[in-house]
Amino acid sequence: MRTAKFLPALVAGALLALPAAATELKIGLQDDADMLDPAQSQTFVGRIVYTALCDKLVDLSPDLKIVPQLATEWAWSDGGKVLTMKLREGVKFHDGTPFNADAVVYDVTRSMTLPESKRKSELKSVEKVEASGEYEVKFTLKSPDVTLLATLSDRAGMMISPTAAKAEGTNFGNKPVCSGPFKFVERVQQDRIVLEKFQDYWNKDNIFIDKVTYLPIPDTTVRLANLRAGDLDMIERVAASDAAAVKADPNLTYQSVVNLGWLAIYFNVGDKATTPIGKDKRLRQAFSLAIDREAANQIVYEGTSVAGDQPFSPQSPWFDKNFPVPARDVEKAKALVKEAGFDRVPVEMIVTNNPVTQQMMQIVQSMVAEAGFDVSLKATEFTTLLDEMTAGNYQVGRSDWSGRADPDGNIHQFLTCKAALNDAKYCNPEVDKLLNAARESPDEAVRKQNYDAAMAIIQDDMPMTWIGHQSWIWAMNKKVTGFVPNPDGMIRLAGVKKAD
Amino acid sequence: MYSYIGKRVLVAIPTLLIISIFVFSLQKLLPGDPVLALAGEDRDPQTIEYLREKYHLNDPVPVQYIRWVGSALQGDLGISLKTNQPVLKLIGDKLPVTIQLAVMSIAFAFVIGIPMGILAAVKKNTALDYIANVVALSGLSIPNFWLGIMLILLVSVKLGWLPASGYQPFFDDPLRSIQTMLMPAFVLGNALAATLMRHTRSAMLSVLSADYIRTARAKGVSEWAVVLQHTFRNAVLPIVTLSALLFGDLLAGAVLTEQIFTIPGFGKLIVDAVFTRDYAVVQGVVLCTAVGFIVMNLIADVFYVLLNPRMRAAL
Repeated sequence: MRTAKFLPALVAGALLALPAAATELKIGLQDDADMLDPAQSQTFVGRIVYTALCDKLVDLSPDLKIVPQLATEWAWSDGGKVLTMKLREGVKFHDGTPFNADAVVYDVTRSMTLPESKRKSELKSVEKVEASGEYEVKFTLKSPDVTLLATLSDRAGMMISPTAAKAEGTNFGNKPVCSGPFKFVERVQQDRIVLEKFQDYWNKDNIFIDKVTYLPIPDTTVRLANLRAGDLDMIERVAASDAAAVKADPNLTYQSVVNLGWLAIYFNVGDKATTPIGKDKRLRQAFSLAIDREAANQIVYEGTSVAGDQPFSPQSPWFDKNFPVPARDVEKAKALVKEAGFDRVPVEMIVTNNPVTQQMMQIVQSMVAEAGFDVSLKATEFTTLLDEMTAGNYQVGRSDWSGRADPDGNIHQFLTCKAALNDAKYCNPEVDKLLNAARESPDEAVRKQNYDAAMAIIQDDMPMTWIGHQSWIWAMNKKVTGFVPNPDGMIRLAGVKKAD
Repeated sequence: MYSYIGKRVLVAIPTLLIISIFVFSLQKLLPGDPVLALAGEDRDPQTIEYLREKYHLNDPVPVQYIRWVGSALQGDLGISLKTNQPVLKLIGDKLPVTIQLAVMSIAFAFVIGIPMGILAAVKKNTALDYIANVVALSGLSIPNFWLGIMLILLVSVKLGWLPASGYQPFFDDPLRSIQTMLMPAFVLGNALAATLMRHTRSAMLSVLSADYIRTARAKGVSEWAVVLQHTFRNAVLPIVTLSALLFGDLLAGAVLTEQIFTIPGFGKLIVDAVFTRDYAVVQGVVLCTAVGFIVMNLIADVFYVLLNPRMRAAL
């Protein structure tokens, strides 16, 4: 109770402390973040908040290159088993604790060992991390893993104040202390998260906002209404159906970029697969051929998404051009169904009870019906879908992935035999070998070759088939300028200005 | 009077126990694993196992229940799996929001529903009665989410009179707090007013045909005194019962309205908790809501006694 009374006073104090013409940016998010501890948190919106709150060792540029943030340069050695990073000097955490190699060692070790940490699997290739100078750290890996850099451009590479982390333990997330451009002021669960400009930030000349407030507003229509009413300055994940309205509004700016993730259909091909479609790859190929990906994306996402057939979008450098997005071919699909010995194939497909997903799957349902598939859609809420698919209790499932910067994060954990997210229950030692090799080589040409070879097998076995790639869509008041969309969907505030 | 209240409180204890067993078992019947929901996209098996142990989710359900009741009796409702915060703190944060929304909504319902009900009864079968009925019927039929979004578009986006959504604690800025709550309270109150109007009308009609009303009129008592002092006071008992139930309902949170106006109350808390299988939060909120209902019913009973001298004599 005492805290409850104390908080408003604290906020009022913080507000008074701001300069007279403080620029406040109010951002509408789709959900409320979970706990604000980079080692423990899971939500996408949490990552958006961290982008302002916690700097990372490295960052991701809009063209998906790894660029310096708290680490200024880095080099691989010992055949890709050692990564040495030089750190930025003169950086402070929000509580004044200096940032140095000891802080990096403490933070990375914490993410690797804290029992509640959800970063363990991301960092499992790391054997140890040690300080090799006051501003230099050395990561020694168990086996070569070039994806580590991309991992460090996300939560696993976010640096938190060791002083605060030691004092707060697992409750760090209630009062996070990092080194980003903004520091934590207050949070009211399901209502708002307030941050204010950190005056000692190393790149403070590039920060033009004094205060940021994140407001979770789950309903997309209401989020947009708030923006139009002037109660918000910017919103993320605008619904595709609102894209035209935003573009037509003279007071708003529309920004979008194709994201790193995908929309996919999973076929349960594992030991529990007793269905024709799980057992016979010709049926899966026929199913895929019967889908008009272009049309489905156009209708459901109103032209904001792109059709796809791989875990990388057609715009990605990792896309295998040998497998362009296939045109719909019902005749060929019918022939494959016949070849497999069927006239009609019964299929039960599990989907989330989200209206957009359901709409997409109803379109697919009617498309594949022409090729001989009698699809019954089973809609459940997300937690149940997750449970059923993880346990392998399904025939065909529909699920999305938010995407990772490194190509490995969009394929390896889904299609290697023992991977945690292998819901298709697919296992092909050859694919394992190729995807492991792709993760180990620092040479991009070699990686691409391995991914292409794996893709050829996957397109034939077809344990999953991809249908498209959504876009991140932002809308903001015309007064807000300088925002650069990034395929990772984050809202980076460096360079963002708001006119009075 | 006090022994009457004491007895009612004692009766409430087994009710609460039954509710808690019911909710606990129902939750366990739900498909979906809370830890899987919590483990996020990466679903690291090591983390999943650790969390399952930490929150005792591997124990048999009765053991889990007894552990929960034991802690609850000591004032500990557990820790939210999602945010790592004590459930009691979450409830403490949301309760003032929900109470404010409930009070303002019921105020709207009273202001609209009761006068309309009285008028409709007094002017039975006239145009006024029909209009009141149509208004009530529309209040009941218009879905909250639709009315909410329309109000936001009209009042906030077009006219710019009120903030579109959000919440301001009352004691921080009372004016802003009331402004942010006006639209959601109206949306909720409007639907309740319809129910209240119908009940007030029928209660008033049955009293208006009583002999003592004819006597009062024959004595030359003014028509408004007949309606308000003689009729309404006698018709008020069913209205009190209904209001207590409606208010209890409001305390359970208004999911859709809270969602649309982004009000951080009970409704949103419990829906999020159900979707992430955050058992401790669901359990805590339901218990709290049940207590709210019991208290409201108790208050209604006390009001009966205060309003009806015959019941006072019976105590």
